[in-house]
Parts: sequence; structure tokens; C-alpha cells
Amino acid sequence: MSESKKRRAGLESVSPVVPVQTTYYVPERDVDKSPILQCINLGISFGGLKAVEDFNLTLGRTEIAGLIGPNGAGKTTIFNLLTKVYQPTHGTILLDGRDTANMTTAQVNRAGIARTFQNIRLFHNQTVADNVLIGLHNEMDYGMLGGILRLPGYWRAEKIARNRAMEYLALFHLDQHADELAGSLPYGAQRRLEIARALATNPSLLLLDEPAAGMNPSETAELMENIVKIRDTFHIAILLIEHDMSLVMNICEGIAVLNFGRLIAKGNAEAIRNDPTVVEAYLGRKGAKE
Amino acid sequence: MNMKRYFKDARADLLTYAGVIIAFLVISALKSNGMLNRSQTGLLVPICCYIVMAVSLNLTVGILGDLSLGHAGFMSVGAFSGVITAMGLMNVIPSAPMRLALAMVVGALCAAIVGFLVGIPVLRLNGDYLAIVTLAFGEIIKELITCLIVGVDSKGLHVIFNVNGSKTANDLTLLDGGRIIIKGAQGATGTKTIATFTAGFILIMITLVIVQNLVRSRHGRAIMAVRDNRIAADSVGIPVTKYKMMAFVTSASLAGAAGALFGLNYSNLAAAKFDFNTSILVLVFVVLGGLGNIWGSIIATVILYILPEALRGFSTYRMLIYAIVLIVVMLTTNNPILKNYFASLRSKFGKSREKEASAS
Ligand SMILES: Nc1ncnc2c1ncn2[C@@H]1O[C@H](COP(=O)(O)OP(=O)(O)O)[C@@H](O)[C@H]1O
Ligand SMILES: [Mg+2]
Repeated sequence: MSESKKRRAGLESVSPVVPVQTTYYVPERDVDKSPILQCINLGISFGGLKAVEDFNLTLGRTEIAGLIGPNGAGKTTIFNLLTKVYQPTHGTILLDGRDTANMTTAQVNRAGIARTFQNIRLFHNQTVADNVLIGLHNEMDYGMLGGILRLPGYWRAEKIARNRAMEYLALFHLDQHADELAGSLPYGAQRRLEIARALATNPSLLLLDEPAAGMNPSETAELMENIVKIRDTFHIAILLIEHDMSLVMNICEGIAVLNFGRLIAKGNAEAIRNDPTVVEAYLGRKGAKE
Repeated sequence: MNMKRYFKDARADLLTYAGVIIAFLVISALKSNGMLNRSQTGLLVPICCYIVMAVSLNLTVGILGDLSLGHAGFMSVGAFSGVITAMGLMNVIPSAPMRLALAMVVGALCAAIVGFLVGIPVLRLNGDYLAIVTLAFGEIIKELITCLIVGVDSKGLHVIFNVNGSKTANDLTLLDGGRIIIKGAQGATGTKTIATFTAGFILIMITLVIVQNLVRSRHGRAIMAVRDNRIAADSVGIPVTKYKMMAFVTSASLAGAAGALFGLNYSNLAAAKFDFNTSILVLVFVVLGGLGNIWGSIIATVILYILPEALRGFSTYRMLIYAIVLIVVMLTTNNPILKNYFASLRSKFGKSREKEASAS
């Protein structure tokens, strides 16, 4: 059996460093490509509390995946591990095959992971356009002296960046608000701006922490479309944490379920919906009622 | 759309330059027509120095968002390295303006180096801790400079580091025709005063170009991103420490240049001049002028520097008044009720102006 066939069969995938057993379903179109992200036995403890334990995950290059679980399950902690806000106490993270062990948060971003935050973290006192321009920081190349003396490179890079910023804003219908302060935007728009800013860093993997939180149903529906559109436009992988089950079940090709820091199930929407452990631990009474 | 905002920023910058240039021309005209008395002209160079101090401190406190209480330390590094440069090269470079320019460059470089060294431990800290440690470093720099004995003769520069206070200027063993430049606690003595108002004006303009253009570049945006939300800045790939250091060192070097100009404005100048009080004085200018507001720093400096001189009789209470003003401003700007009130005022005005603009 070839490696790709094995993966397609969902039996196992072989990482370049450590062989891992996983039953995660990489989408058909990504099977022949190397995964964008591999987490291998990832874990972290705070004092005695094991917030995340033995977390294994493989993400395809253009996959939209969901990470779900009850509050306090450790979902945000996993994002913080992936972005090196926390140093893992166990395990390995391979981003596009590269071990991120020695990278800082900023380096991980430049290597390809961008994120949003559960509690929105915008630059509130700066304009909407400036928030995206800050995201484009590493896409510009002039030096400090070039900026102070306003050499031709400054004007060139700034012009390109401003145009690109407006394109990202237009994608999220924020271009009309470019000159407003980010903090003055309504909640849903702030969440969209955070995604625009993250996208501006040109990631290959986008992490969204509860992107639909606080959005009304029509905003959520639009967000759902947008997430798919982002994936189709930029050909990137997206891993999202979300409590809105309709969103997760509709757009996530793979879903991982976390409870008390441990993975209790992985699979596609169908498999997760019918998994008795998930129904019990997470969907719980709500699932039973339905 | 987006460009509108861009031009608005550019216009604010240009107005600042224009304001400074006009002030310079007016004062120069008054001066050359003999309409300023001696004590008034004596204030011109120090005001220029303090404007540069305030604008550069605004870079650290307002734009980077770190409260630094040791800014006078960098000024003193610049002052004494500048004085040594200018006095040491007196025979080599006869042109006073050239020596002055070189002294300011050397002052800026020395202060930048010290700023970098101080920044390594300091910028790991946050908030109150950072403020306290910068205060400590400011005092340490002052004490170290108090130990310096420096002279120059035909064989070159002689430097004694007088740690235990047992040495005097005689220990420099200068040859005939040698000059003592710095005499320990007495500081710089017999300095040839070559600082000019024009040099002060040029230094202000350079400072404005550096600070204003930095703020509107990707580096400045990165610095403000670090200030506004460190974790978010990190998450979009901005190396936080690098940009903190960039702001801090730039700020220190500008203070160093101001220090060199200041040092060359007085024939006698002790290191004690650059103590905690001076740091606080400049901080008051910055806070009153508005954090991050460059033009505000300039105006606040001019007013607050002239006021106590004008009220000479009260000058004993100067620091007391500053302390009270600082406390009052801090209390009012941090008062949530007043803050909301000002915010609502601002948004009201902002909105009505916006409407006018879009209607027209
Ligand atoms: N910095 C931290 N220090 C201590 N405990 C933490 C820290 N961050 C997260 N935790 C704990 O880890 C667990 C998982 O939290 P989190 O990842 O935020 O959950 P969620 O799945 O709701 O996003 C919680 O019990 C939380 O208290
Ligand atoms: Mg969470």
C-alpha cells in the first residue's frame, strides 16, 4: 500500500520525523501533498493541571477543520501552543514539516500561522486600515532609514501595501470604514477585521478562535461563506474553534473533539455526529433532545 | 478614501514643521532687531534642547507606551560626550559650527549606545517596574559621570575614572597648554560655549523629521502596535523586543544630541543638573502636551519652560507646582467619567466634521 493510499484510507499518515498513528481524514484533494500542520503528542500542564494532553492532529493544505469541545476543554490553549504563546511541555509541532520548537510567536507567524483571538485583540486606537497595514508589516521591505528619509522604496511599498489593505478590507465589507477607529466598529465587524488582519500576514494556516461568537444568524451565515471563500481564494488551511454547531458541521471537512484536554473523537461531520462519546461528552443533553 | 486620511496625517506633520519654522523666523527677527533682552535670549537654546527632549521622550512614553523616568541620563551622556568632543577637537577643527555639529553627532551616538545597553535589561520589564528601573539607570549614569575627570593636551585625551574620590584634575598630568574639560563632581568647566539658536532650530527640525516620519512608517506602526496590544503584535509577526529597542534607542540618541547642544551652551555644567528632577520636568512637558502628540509636546515645553522664568519670584516653588500639575493631570486624564466625557465630545466633533466633509 502506498503512503497516499494509506492516508486516503484514513489508516495512518507518516510524518517525516515521528511516525504517528492517526485516524484523521485529510480531504481527498490534499492527500498527495504533505500536510501543512502536524501535532504529535502535544501537551502542556499549568502547575499540576494538564490542560492539553497527547494531542495529535494532521491538517491538509487546503482543509477547513474544526476544533470543538465544552468550555475549558483546552481549545484556546491548543491555539496558544501552535502560535507559541505557550511553550509545549510535551510533543512536537511540525508546520509544513518544520519543527517550531525554537520559534517565537512572531517567527511562527512569519513561518505561516496567523490567528484571531477569542477575546478580540485589535489595535483599538488605530484606524481600520492601519490594523491591516500592521498585518502587512512583514510584506513591506524598506528599512528604518528608508522610512525616515522617505526614500523611493518607502513610497513604493506603502502604496502597494495600502492598496492591498483595501483589498483585504473589501473582502470583508470593511473598506467603507477604513478611516474609522477599529475600537468604534460594531462587534461583528471587529471580528471580521481581525480575520482581515490575520490574512494580511499571508499565512498558510489560519486559526480562528470562535469567529462567530457574538454574531447574529445572518452575520454567521455570511461568515460561513467567507471562510470557504478565503480558503478557495488563498488556498490555505483553516482551523477553527466554534460553538455554533451548524457552522462547524456545514463547512468543516474534519472535526476534532476535545474534552478535558484530551481528544475524544476525530472525523468528518457525519462520524462526529454519530459518535456516542461525543454526544455524551459534548452535545450531551442538547444532542439527546434533538 | 483611505488616501484622505493619509493626506490629513501629512498635513498635520507639515503644520508642525511650519509652526516651528515661523516661530524661528519671528524670534530671529526680534533678536536681530534687539527686541529681546539678555535673559530672554539666554532661554532660546535651552528651550530648543528641552523641545527635543520632550519630543524624543514622547517617542518612548507616548508612542512606545513605556514610562521612562531616566531620560535626563541620556541627555547627560550626550552633554558630556559632546563637550569632550568639542573641547578635545578645538585645535583640530577651528570652525565652531562644525565642532558643534560633530559634538551633537557624537552625543547622539554615545547616548544611543548607552540607551541600547540600558534597554537590554529594562525593556524586558513592563509598567511600573520599567519606570522604576529607568529611574535607577538615570541616577546611575549621573553618578558615573560625576566620577569622570577628563583633560586634553597635545598628546591627546586624558581620562581618569575617579571612583573613590581620591583623584583630582592634577592627576591628569597634562602638558603645558593642556585643558581640563571635566572636573568630576564640578562637571564641565571652562567650556567654550558654541551652541546657537540656529543649531537648536535645526536639531528640532531633524528631530521632527525623524519622529514624525518614523511614526508614519511600517516601523512606527509596529511600535504603536506593540504599545496597543503586545500579544496581537506578536501574532502578526512583529518582533516585540526589536521594535521596543528601536524606539528606545532612537529616543535616547535624540536626547543625546539635545544634551550635546545643552552642554555647549554653558561654560560650567555639573552632572547633577541631569537628575531625576530634569527627567520629571520633561515628562511633565510630554504628559501635558498629550501622549503621542508631537505638537503638544512642543507647545507644553515652551509654555512650561518660560512660565517659571517669567515668575522668577516663585521659582523656588517650581518643582512643587510641576508636581501638583502632574498629579492633577494624571488624575483627570485617568478619571473614567472625565475620560468618557472627552471621548464623547471628540466623537461628536469628529462626526459632525466628517458629515460636512462628505456633504461637500
Ligand atoms: N495560562 C494559564 N494558566 C493556567 N491555566 C490555564 C492557562 N491557560 C489556560 N488554562 C486552563 O486550561 C484549561 C483550558 O482552557 P482553554 O484552552 O481556554 O479552554 P477552551 O477550550 O474553553 O478554549 C482551563 O482549565 C484553563 O483554566
Ligand atoms: Mg477558548
